[in-house]
Amino acid sequence: MVNHLQAGLSVPLQNISCTTGGTTAQQPISGAKLRRIVIEQSKRAGVGHIGSSLSVADIIACLYGGIMKIATPDDPDRDRFVLSKGHAALALYAAFHLRGWISAEELNTFCGDGSRLGVHPEHLLPGVDFCTGSLGQGLSFGIGAAFAGRFQNSARRSFVLLSDAECNEGSVWEAIMFAAHHKLANLVAILDLNGQQAFGYTKDVINLAPMAQRWQSFGWDVHTVDGHNLEQISAVVNSLDTKNGAPHVLIAHTTFGKGVSFMESQIKWHYSPLNDSEYKQAMHELEGQA
Amino acid sequence: MRGAFIRTLTRLAKNDQRIFLLTGDLGYMALEPFAEEFPERFINVGVAEQNMVGAATGLAEAGLIPFCYSIVTFASLRPYEFIRNGPILHQFPVRIIGVGGGVEYGHNGATHYGLEDVAVMRAQPGITLVAPADHTQTVTALEKTYDLPGPIYYRLGKDDRITVPGLDGLFELGRCQTIREGKDLLILAMGSIAYEAATAIDALKKDGINCSLAIVASLNPAPTADLVDLLSRFRRVMTVEAHYENGGLGSLVSETVAEFDLRCKLTRCAIKSTPDGLTGSQQYLYEKHGLSAQRLAAQARDLLCEVLV
Repeated sequence: MVNHLQAGLSVPLQNISCTTGGTTAQQPISGAKLRRIVIEQSKRAGVGHIGSSLSVADIIACLYGGIMKIATPDDPDRDRFVLSKGHAALALYAAFHLRGWISAEELNTFCGDGSRLGVHPEHLLPGVDFCTGSLGQGLSFGIGAAFAGRFQNSARRSFVLLSDAECNEGSVWEAIMFAAHHKLANLVAILDLNGQQAFGYTKDVINLAPMAQRWQSFGWDVHTVDGHNLEQISAVVNSLDTKNGAPHVLIAHTTFGKGVSFMESQIKWHYSPLNDSEYKQAMHELEGQA
Repeated sequence: MRGAFIRTLTRLAKNDQRIFLLTGDLGYMALEPFAEEFPERFINVGVAEQNMVGAATGLAEAGLIPFCYSIVTFASLRPYEFIRNGPILHQFPVRIIGVGGGVEYGHNGATHYGLEDVAVMRAQPGITLVAPADHTQTVTALEKTYDLPGPIYYRLGKDDRITVPGLDGLFELGRCQTIREGKDLLILAMGSIAYEAATAIDALKKDGINCSLAIVASLNPAPTADLVDLLSRFRRVMTVEAHYENGGLGSLVSETVAEFDLRCKLTRCAIKSTPDGLTGSQQYLYEKHGLSAQRLAAQARDLLCEVLV
């Protein structure tokens, strides 16, 4: 456990997600509430990528529930965010809704004709800083954003959420090398280490282990966290020196499909939509969670 | 054009703090004037063109104007999907600088030739595409376009000595520049090979054949009105480009002829086959692909001999 004073915090850890460090306090976002939106909207729209959204639900809840400083989506000095694993966009839309940036009515357009809410995020939607969906591009966008922030003497930070399988892309390693060389301390990558990809488990497709050591050997400041422990993620991010030193990565151990028993660690839920009985069971399980 | 580009960019950067220059580890003995004057705005990203364009996307989101420099193929083809999903989809002011269009890197071989960059960039409605014909036009084109909204692809030659006679730095976006007037044949040229076309026209003139020469440096937006006006006045037209036959200037002109129901016979002078593994100088390759002044003149004569009904 990181001491909140050492972490430079002015409030105890249990309240960490209530402060943005700015003038307006950001209410914490419940991971379970965010998951329920993911399940509801996936079912309504009849689309998949559910497991990936559930995998990052707690990380997204944490980032948008107070970690990132975003007073409004158009504030030039807001922290930037890149959902490099764009296929988890539904979790992002759920967070935007819980932040009050998109209405329930618009949320219900998810995957409809003429909607701003597609399977992958488009920057037309306020709050989406960068379009993603093609894996391996987001970290480069994020390093550019971090470099610009430093050049412009801004305290803003650049957050990038990557998938583990995305590290199959060589371009990710181009960006990793660049960020370390330029000591982009204001860059925070979060790696969703759920061990799965579309066709199987990462250990069977392209073995990425040991992930933490790989990033460390490239010169990053590496932290291993439980990707479903909001308090731990908050404490680590708030303890980072984002002004000097190496770029940071949180290797977040997660469970694919987290929160819905029959989805957890099952490859099927990368693409499959829910049928009626699966939907009922999923919602039943999530309603029992805080 | 490379020297003219960097001198002009360095001058513009003095007054515009938004300008950044990124290179994929190329431009040694060329980019130093900028790098030395503005080290905080110069980034050698290393041999990593995808990351160069991705990082430029992040810089541009914050209001900066990053120029990404490399040899044509490495600047345009290697990071093509990054260009598409980054600057183009977001309409950010990232500039891609491709140096060495065509076969300018002659002895370096096929990996260094820029033969399809205009085709792939012209396929994207959301990117301005500029291919100056000489260093004078490069200066004007850069001055007039560098701060436009949205992305730009500049296809530059690396040669700074060759001047296309009569061009005198003329450039206007969405226009072409007619630098020779003659009634027998219209030649439209893109890029530094315009010099070969001008030389061919001088040779033809000695035989009593008078050709018009128009430079097409603005490929997107296309100079549609100018092209329609010119093409309407000629029965015989030649396009000249150091680029594959499909997708470049010849294709643009063909599309214009068809769409505006014009009546002219078109000869597309371009590179028509995959490099065969035999390298040589630019001049050797121009001759081989029918793009030297002499061979262009011969094709013009052939076209003039054709009986058109």
